[in-house]
Amino acid sequence: MLTDLLGFPPQVLFGQLLLGLINGAFYAVLSLGLAVIFGLLNIVNFAHGALYMLGAFSAWGLATFLGLNYWAALIVAPVLVGGFGMLIERFLLRRLAGVDHLYGLLLTFGLALVIEGVFIKLFGASGQPYPTPKALTGGINLGFMFLPWYRGWVVVASLIACGVTWYIFERTKIGAYLRAGTENPKLLQAFGVNVPLLTTLAYGYGVGLAAFAGVLAAPITQVSPLMGSNLIIVVFAVVVIGGMGSIMGAVVTGLGMGLIEGLTKVYWPEASATVIFFVMAIVLVLRPAGLFGRTA
Amino acid sequence: MKTLKTLALGASTLAMAASASAEISDGVVKIGLLTDMSGTYSDLAGPGAVEAAKMAIEDIGGTVAGVPVELVTADHQNKADIAANKAREWGENEQVDAFAELVTTSTAMAVFEIAKQQNKVVLVSGAASSPLTNDACIPSGIHYTYSTTALANGTGKAVVAEGGDTWYFLTADYAFGQALEADVTKVVEAAGGKVLGSIRHPFPASDFSSFVLQAQGSGAKVIGLANAGADTTNAIKAANEFGLVAAGQSLAALLMFITDVHALGLETAQGIQLTTGFYWDMDDETRAWSEKFMERTGSMPSMVQAGVYSSVSFYLKAIEATGSDDTDTVMEWMRDRPIDDFFAKGGVIRSDGRMVHDMYLARVKSPAESKGPWDYYDIVRTIPGEEAYGTLEESTCPTK
Repeated sequence: MLTDLLGFPPQVLFGQLLLGLINGAFYAVLSLGLAVIFGLLNIVNFAHGALYMLGAFSAWGLATFLGLNYWAALIVAPVLVGGFGMLIERFLLRRLAGVDHLYGLLLTFGLALVIEGVFIKLFGASGQPYPTPKALTGGINLGFMFLPWYRGWVVVASLIACGVTWYIFERTKIGAYLRAGTENPKLLQAFGVNVPLLTTLAYGYGVGLAAFAGVLAAPITQVSPLMGSNLIIVVFAVVVIGGMGSIMGAVVTGLGMGLIEGLTKVYWPEASATVIFFVMAIVLVLRPAGLFGRTA
Repeated sequence: MKTLKTLALGASTLAMAASASAEISDGVVKIGLLTDMSGTYSDLAGPGAVEAAKMAIEDIGGTVAGVPVELVTADHQNKADIAANKAREWGENEQVDAFAELVTTSTAMAVFEIAKQQNKVVLVSGAASSPLTNDACIPSGIHYTYSTTALANGTGKAVVAEGGDTWYFLTADYAFGQALEADVTKVVEAAGGKVLGSIRHPFPASDFSSFVLQAQGSGAKVIGLANAGADTTNAIKAANEFGLVAAGQSLAALLMFITDVHALGLETAQGIQLTTGFYWDMDDETRAWSEKFMERTGSMPSMVQAGVYSSVSFYLKAIEATGSDDTDTVMEWMRDRPIDDFFAKGGVIRSDGRMVHDMYLARVKSPAESKGPWDYYDIVRTIPGEEAYGTLEESTCPTK
């Protein structure tokens, strides 16, 4: 009834909501990585989009040069890119520990520009095609829309990644160490825990999540050097809305923003690139720490 | 003031003594090339367009009418304000005589404004919108390579003729997308077809699934993609993924470059019909030039890049022939004679700035049909210039 009033039959709306959820799953994994990094390292990781792109390119490179298939890439690419992330943390970001956030932001932003620039030089801006894995081609007719198997898989894989992350950080001993490390690193060190190593691992894990999202995206969009910069700003808005550093907030807001964006694409497509920032502005006015953020 | 004049006189006498370049201002011909060097259009224009302009300058010997030719380039990042500021700076402080390339309509429009004030030549290759030679035309602007009108009269007409009489558009929400949608709508309606609706999507957009789903729901036989570059390739990928074509609707990629086909791969791109102003594998001349280009850049030229070479060459020939870089003199020379090179055979620059030349309707080959790298198109039909671009009478350019 309501949907008819708004001018669209329920089927169209269901389809758009489902697509919104699928895109939201991407936002969730990406913003989760950002939240982990910010929560534990206090670094606003502007290189996240470039690292997401590196994940997709790794999948493409592994397939093209080594013949590794999609499923292998889903594991290998995040490990490779995560390792690269750990090098960045160990040799660059660590030097900025204790100085203003702004320096970390500038460094990672610069890194993103360098990485993207190098890839444009090497591969061009139009990017490379990456095929959908054989087992996930085709789809199913849900009555209100045709759902490609691959998109369904994206939601499942993203939720698994979010679940695993939540489990690691909230339910395991290493998670407890990490959380303790953000509260009082000196005290934790005094207990004999190697805090710098923990920090490096945490950054690597956040970066690995970005790369994982990149591999998930590879069959959907062109594997292009610009794929990350188009997405990263939206993901930052998601993190800000959810509350910087909140794991739960990142996941829930990611999915929620996907839905809101999906609805906007139906009712006012021109505004679909802006709607998330509109929400962000409102949230910042009403709850400056974000929906799930804890005020200090 | 008097001293200044005397100085200027002295300087020009010196210049004359050095060469026969009496009418070349400041002893150098300077071309300012503005393009997208790193963004979504950088493969179809970008560094390749710069290389094409360099080739044009080298092929004429690096000098015209006894003075050196210089090329300056800048990345306009597809932003009109950057393009306008750079053009103004070049025109005022660096004695640039002509602006070239200009992919993205908004940047071309912005540079038209500056060029009108400064009375400089503009050789547009990358931007597509037909208003550049209609309402927005300027006396010294040339729209060289293609236009949304030609794309509509090429692909649009061909698709309607094959029975695609109901349309729905996915349109990039800026000047170019809107111009292309308007031009194709005219062609579709003139042929008795109907446009059922359109979606204006943000530029650039990364996910097209939602727009594709809405297009699917429209029930139109043809989904027209009034966008370009990565937007087009991503829309095609989403349409394939969501079974749009399998369910009986067809896709019309209204603007597609060879670099887009290359990026998509033939497996996905096969069967797509498109309109192009140039294809490398047409005859010995196009192959010879394109292979030279390939050696320097690593990829075959898009029509935009080939158009940059042709337009810059023709401009330099005009200076060589008239011995002057005065805008009005050069424009008059260029309008008075046909362009005859590998790119445009018998091309004519009309008084509204339109360069009228034959266009080609092409179909993308299947992987089995393609005999080697970059063997992508079957040329289905040559569209005579007048049919593609319409007549001068139809142009709404006030200064035609």
